[in-house]
Amino acid sequence: MNSDFLVQWILLLPLAGAVLNGLGGLFLPALRERESLFGIVGTAVVAIPFVLTLILFLQYSGEAHVTTFYTWMAAGDLDVSFAYRIDELSLIMTLVVTGVGALIHLYSVGYMHGDPGYWRFFAYLNLFIFAMLNLVLGDNLPVLFLGWEGVGLCSYLLIGFWYTDLKNSAAANKAFIVNRIGDFAFLMAMFVLFKELGALDFGTILADPQALSQSNLNWVVLLLFIGATGKSAQIPLFIWLPDAMAGPTPVSALIHAATMVTSGLYLLARVSPLVLAAPQVMAVIAIIGALTAIMAATIAITQNDIKRVLAYSTVSQLGFMFMATGVGAFFVAIFHVFTHAFFKACLFLGSGSVIHGMHHVEHELHKKGHEGHIDPQDMRTMGNLRKYMPATSTTYLLSTLAIAGIPLFSGFFSKDEILFKAFEYGYSGNTYAWFVWIVGIITALLTAIYMVRSYVLTFRGKERWPMADEVQPHESPWTMTVPLWILSSLAVVGGFVGLPGVIAHGEWNWIHHWLGAPYGGPVAEPVLPAHGGGFLAIEWGLILLGSAIAIGGVWFGWRAYDRHGLDYDRKISEATGRLYGLWRGKYYWDEIYDRLVVQPLIRGSEKLLAPFDEYVVDGIVNGVGHVTRGAGQVLRYLQTGRVQNYALAIVFGVAVVLGIILFG
Amino acid sequence: MDLTGAYASLGSDLGNAFSLVLLSVVGLVMVVWDSLRNDHRAIPWIGVAASVLAISFELLRMPGPAEKIFYGLMWAGGYASFVNIIILAATAFTLAISVHYLDRIGHNYGEVYSLVVFASAGMIVLGSANSLITVFVGLETMSICLYILTGLVRTEEGSVESALKYFLLGAFSTGFFLYGIALLYAATGTLYLDEMPAALAGGAGSEVLLWGGVGLLFIGFLFKVSAAPFHMWTPDVYQGAPTTLTGYMSTASKASAFAALVLVVYHALPAERWMLVLAIVAAATMILGNVVAIAQSNVKRMLAYSSIAHAGYVLVGIAAGTTAGYSGALFYLLVYTLMNIGAFGVMAALEWDGHVGQKQDLDSLAGIGYRKPLLGVSMGFFMFSLTGFPPLGGFIGKYAVFAPAIDAGLTWLVIVGLLTSAASAYYYLRVLYVFWMKSPEEEAAPALDQLMASPLSMSTSVVLVVCAGLLLVLGIYPGVLESTTLFFSDSAAAVAAIR
Repeated sequence: MNSDFLVQWILLLPLAGAVLNGLGGLFLPALRERESLFGIVGTAVVAIPFVLTLILFLQYSGEAHVTTFYTWMAAGDLDVSFAYRIDELSLIMTLVVTGVGALIHLYSVGYMHGDPGYWRFFAYLNLFIFAMLNLVLGDNLPVLFLGWEGVGLCSYLLIGFWYTDLKNSAAANKAFIVNRIGDFAFLMAMFVLFKELGALDFGTILADPQALSQSNLNWVVLLLFIGATGKSAQIPLFIWLPDAMAGPTPVSALIHAATMVTSGLYLLARVSPLVLAAPQVMAVIAIIGALTAIMAATIAITQNDIKRVLAYSTVSQLGFMFMATGVGAFFVAIFHVFTHAFFKACLFLGSGSVIHGMHHVEHELHKKGHEGHIDPQDMRTMGNLRKYMPATSTTYLLSTLAIAGIPLFSGFFSKDEILFKAFEYGYSGNTYAWFVWIVGIITALLTAIYMVRSYVLTFRGKERWPMADEVQPHESPWTMTVPLWILSSLAVVGGFVGLPGVIAHGEWNWIHHWLGAPYGGPVAEPVLPAHGGGFLAIEWGLILLGSAIAIGGVWFGWRAYDRHGLDYDRKISEATGRLYGLWRGKYYWDEIYDRLVVQPLIRGSEKLLAPFDEYVVDGIVNGVGHVTRGAGQVLRYLQTGRVQNYALAIVFGVAVVLGIILFG
Repeated sequence: MDLTGAYASLGSDLGNAFSLVLLSVVGLVMVVWDSLRNDHRAIPWIGVAASVLAISFELLRMPGPAEKIFYGLMWAGGYASFVNIIILAATAFTLAISVHYLDRIGHNYGEVYSLVVFASAGMIVLGSANSLITVFVGLETMSICLYILTGLVRTEEGSVESALKYFLLGAFSTGFFLYGIALLYAATGTLYLDEMPAALAGGAGSEVLLWGGVGLLFIGFLFKVSAAPFHMWTPDVYQGAPTTLTGYMSTASKASAFAALVLVVYHALPAERWMLVLAIVAAATMILGNVVAIAQSNVKRMLAYSSIAHAGYVLVGIAAGTTAGYSGALFYLLVYTLMNIGAFGVMAALEWDGHVGQKQDLDSLAGIGYRKPLLGVSMGFFMFSLTGFPPLGGFIGKYAVFAPAIDAGLTWLVIVGLLTSAASAYYYLRVLYVFWMKSPEEEAAPALDQLMASPLSMSTSVVLVVCAGLLLVLGIYPGVLESTTLFFSDSAAAVAAIR
């Protein structure tokens, strides 16, 4: 089929869904009760684009194809066109966005059942998909930025979806404001690029990195990376993501795990030729990624809220992806985006299923007259859920093993590839890569431990909620479990698209051949010196090390938490002492920002800006107001029925016009 | 002059002037219908049907080049078709939203609709004129109908007063206009716009006669488009007239007067001497309109000042003196018509007791958005578009008039335009703030409940949705803007050759 036609409908269907759901719900209140209608429309407009993308994928010729729908505006050199690029990178991202997106829409049909804002939810979710597709398909930075802002807006709307709770609104505001900082940097990067190159389409800006001076290039890449730290939750702008868990769980799965938060990595992979030409900035990227990864992993160990564990885990995994980017392994970062989308979406949806069940428990307890409140997200009140929710338990376990990196699961291949690339980059003489590699190894171990901890505390052991013999949760409906099964299957086998180099000398690494520039793809790679003959043994050794760390971590976590349960947290706390306090306090980022930025800002506004506002701004505004009101008085005087005065004004105008035109 | 076959020639041109002929005939039919039958329910819909028919005709004619008809008195096709479409669309929208509104205020007479149709016929003559006499005939046909429409609510003092003011001042400015025509004729020896450059090149007439005539002619136009300092009738008249008809006056009559002004400067005037005066008037108009609008608490009055400000933006495009500026001005008129008819339509739908319109201040509208989401959302489109937010038509419109002005070296004027339109966000968005973010006071609630009880009429809803939708389309899809540039490209070379 004609690819222009396909691209058009891939983009238009989610938009149409957003408009239909939004307008239908807003203007036809009677329709709001018809949940199935919104659910079916909302899911179909994402599922059909997935099928269309598959067709595009299957008939892809190997040549990047740009579809220009039309030029929105052209001013001087600036040419803003709605142009979309179909190539290996955008295809793989679009497959993930629409595929995982469709599953999560299906899941939401069950999860959001009974919510009064059902129509609104699907309208926002469809709009998000539309914006995300603009982001990954856009052929120039303005369209990408349109999508970038669009997903930010949808993220804001969906985090604050239950806006009557002030806490949720605050979380939404935090996400929005923190992202603004990153977006500002992104804009600055665009300005520099436009000023230097006079164009913003990828064809031009990626053609020759040498067209920019080295310092300009460094600035552009650094600013783009700062933009990415906002969207993709890295130090120092990651603080919004854990709070973003206030949104409904499908939102956390779709936006804050599988798709939107990976857009920073997509951006860097898209401009990879520029990034590679700025090695100092690459070091910054890798080190920030590594620090974020280990920091978030240590926090995740101490969290008791099931969604927060997953949120910090996401931050940590994103850190892994930036590590890959920072050592020039862009295709591996995208590989990890790909596998992470499956297992992390599955974990989030599984946690949603658990929360769904625990809500039922809370509800029943309340009916039975039980006093007190249980938090349906707190793992301390869960336990032994595998007995009641077998499907959720199995899929959660499979995804846990995948993220922990147990051999042959998807996470094993992508994570090991990252560690290998870091090692190889260090081996080729880039010292900072050694640091990254070591931090990566430690983080991998921590990942296995905290993920197994969350699985065991939730699904094994004894039931810890009150009146457990009378009140039990039950398995979620099929619309929720089917996506879980599909995602967990993909989490198991998804890694086979990127078999490591030790097998057939990397010839079977499909994703490398698909994306990599040496094979005609869009993602650039550094040129490394050839390694000696003994390197194959080192590669094998690294794979064994990675496997041992994953298996060891899982084994340790399982033994510790299955035997001791919650008590083991205390043991860790005693063993690590004040360090544990630091982890539990989340390294006090929020407090530090509050002290250093928020409070001074508030005090400054009170002391400085408020008087400025009161005297200077208000003075000007009121002054203008007085002047206009004074003018109004004059006008009113003229308007006391005396048309003569109006005529006088006309005569005045006549004098002015004739004066200028005759003598001017 | 050889008059052999004159009737045959005029008769064959009737087909080219289809819209004009159709509206004139339909207007007469409406008057007759109203006097013979006591039932005038069908009358507005006859007018709507005629307008829609005429729009489809003009859409077919628009791609072709403009040609002279009636012995060179008027243009048809191309440019003229585009102007006619704006006028006809404003007519159709106004008729459709007026039915229920005039019912509510108790002044639903059949002749109102025929007057609107006659006024539109006058506007078509004005907006596609090629002779100064045609300009004058069109201008007066339009104006007389508008004077009557302004005074429609006979029982109310304000309405009658504003009609009389409009009439007196209109007559005053017409005097200048006629003098201008006379002086121009004296200077060039012709009344045909496209013959003037040749006559001037021949060295006929004196500078003072020519430029004095141009200045006086401009005054007539500037009065009609309510540019400062000829704007003073505008707030009174707009506030006194029935709201839907205010929407009509503020859009269609300005569009046709601007269109005629563009025809004059494009076809007739040789040098760039007139650019400065239009630029200064544009700056004064934008500043005055926007600054005074900020101080208004009555929404209709605010919209009156806003329409003054928008006349300033259109003048910026014309003052650029390039074909790109003219086409930008034309595009702006289309966008402006849609957003202003829409905004006045929303305000008309909110006048629930028929009298609040003149006093309707912002506070009485608190929380309307939630009670009437269609009005609230469509008002959002109109206000954002008037402010000039992307991706709505108002943004592209401002871009279309400002960019040519910069190319023409009028950077200072564009800076004034940008600053004042930034200030305009204050009073436009305040409307939305009141609509959506304020809760109604206790006393206002009963009146609002009454409003809730009467659903929006189907025709009003359709018009508002169509206006809002078209604004979005014009903002995202720029094809229309490109097509307006074509009106000037085909004959530009020929005109340049004459100069």
